[in-house]
Amino acid sequence: MIEFKLPSLGADMDEGKLLEWKIRPGDRVSKGQVVAVVDTSKAAVDVEIWSEGTVFELLVESGETIPVGTPMATLLEAGETPQNARHSPHTAAAPQASVAAAASSTPEPAAGVGRRRISPAARKRAEELGVDIETVDGSGPDGAVTLADVEQAAGASRAAAPQAAIDRQAEMRRAIAAAMSRSKREIPHYYLAEPVPMRRATAWLAQANAGRPIAARLLMAVVQLKAVALALKTFPEMNGFFRDGAFQPAAAAHVGVAISLRQGGLVAPAIHDVGEKSLEQLMTELADLVKRARAGTLRSSELADPTITVTNLGEQGVATVYGVIYPPQVALVGFGRIIDQPWVEDGALGVMPIVTTSLAADHRVSDGHRGARFLAELRELLQQPEKL
Amino acid sequence: MDENELRAAVIATLKAIAPEVAEGDLRADRPLRSQVDLDSMDWLNFLIGLHERLQVDIPEADYARLVTLGDVLDYLARKLA
Repeated sequence: MIEFKLPSLGADMDEGKLLEWKIRPGDRVSKGQVVAVVDTSKAAVDVEIWSEGTVFELLVESGETIPVGTPMATLLEAGETPQNARHSPHTAAAPQASVAAAASSTPEPAAGVGRRRISPAARKRAEELGVDIETVDGSGPDGAVTLADVEQAAGASRAAAPQAAIDRQAEMRRAIAAAMSRSKREIPHYYLAEPVPMRRATAWLAQANAGRPIAARLLMAVVQLKAVALALKTFPEMNGFFRDGAFQPAAAAHVGVAISLRQGGLVAPAIHDVGEKSLEQLMTELADLVKRARAGTLRSSELADPTITVTNLGEQGVATVYGVIYPPQVALVGFGRIIDQPWVEDGALGVMPIVTTSLAADHRVSDGHRGARFLAELRELLQQPEKL
Repeated sequence: MDENELRAAVIATLKAIAPEVAEGDLRADRPLRSQVDLDSMDWLNFLIGLHERLQVDIPEADYARLVTLGDVLDYLARKLA
């Protein structure tokens, strides 16, 4: 018997409210599948599962608010039967009333599980309106989702939005306050900054984009993200978590991208394995991530596992960012605005586009000497954009 | 497409990215990105939106000319003429 527990989706989350199950007892689930939607202070999050099995019982009902770590469901492993699994101490300990009985008493044709009838027009309209089609109740034959259902759902969410937005904003402020206070209380930050010439990178990017249709153009942000991820390969002490008094380096660079939300607040969900992806792939993923962060539909893995954060406050016009590390991470890299500045190169004074890169890092894990070399590596990587 | 229709199309595209924008508060002679708080991703999405809505090509080399709402309207009007 496998227990599926509410995962922590970041240092600033200690509870979540189950909005919806995406699974029922009897469903087979696979790794990475979205099984539930949980409301956190930052967003409604699609929670993924990282085990395989068959859903046995759902232990939490929609609308319940539960602490992180609470068992939400039990799964049968391959070869397990409900009979031998019932003796499992895990299930005996689960305090919540099971909703399995109620769910399984609803007659459900086997072929219908997991497949919903959605008219093509409804699907298209849902995309246009930004409505998650999976959350729309169907009123058509066999529960089919119709165009009218989608439009009604869109109207309903708009009507409910203002109060929800105010609550969310207050909660997000509290969550950011908790995480940042913990950061400043526990993490001995050190800060470094380094001006980086960007002539090569901007020229390379302009040339790369000149031949592309507008929807395929790259932003400098992805060039910077990739350079950070590659620099981390040489400086693993900037990438990972400080937990239980020790540094745990991360094998891959899951780079959290600070995304400001239009109504206030921010989230920093991860793009996974940044070092292994092409700039085109990263651009596609960044665009998707920003869109979903603003729509409030992030996935649990994106919130739970950034191994470092990158912030690009230069967008707002500042020259240098002094970051606050997001615990339990151990570093934050900042990029300022690209500014034309007087610059001496080969003994001659000229004008150079400059970006100030900065590093806030955890002194329990690394020293300024290594931090300085990390920024120097980042600078060198940005001089060879064609290799990123 | 006349001037008013073009303006309406541009505002609609902008609102798809920044729904809180009040058209009356927009100054046509001030930099659009700082007025509406558009980062480079928002800006790119705004231009992609204009491209899709109006079937206009906007090369990256022209971005520097598109600073104010007035610049954007003039640029598009010329392109569509």
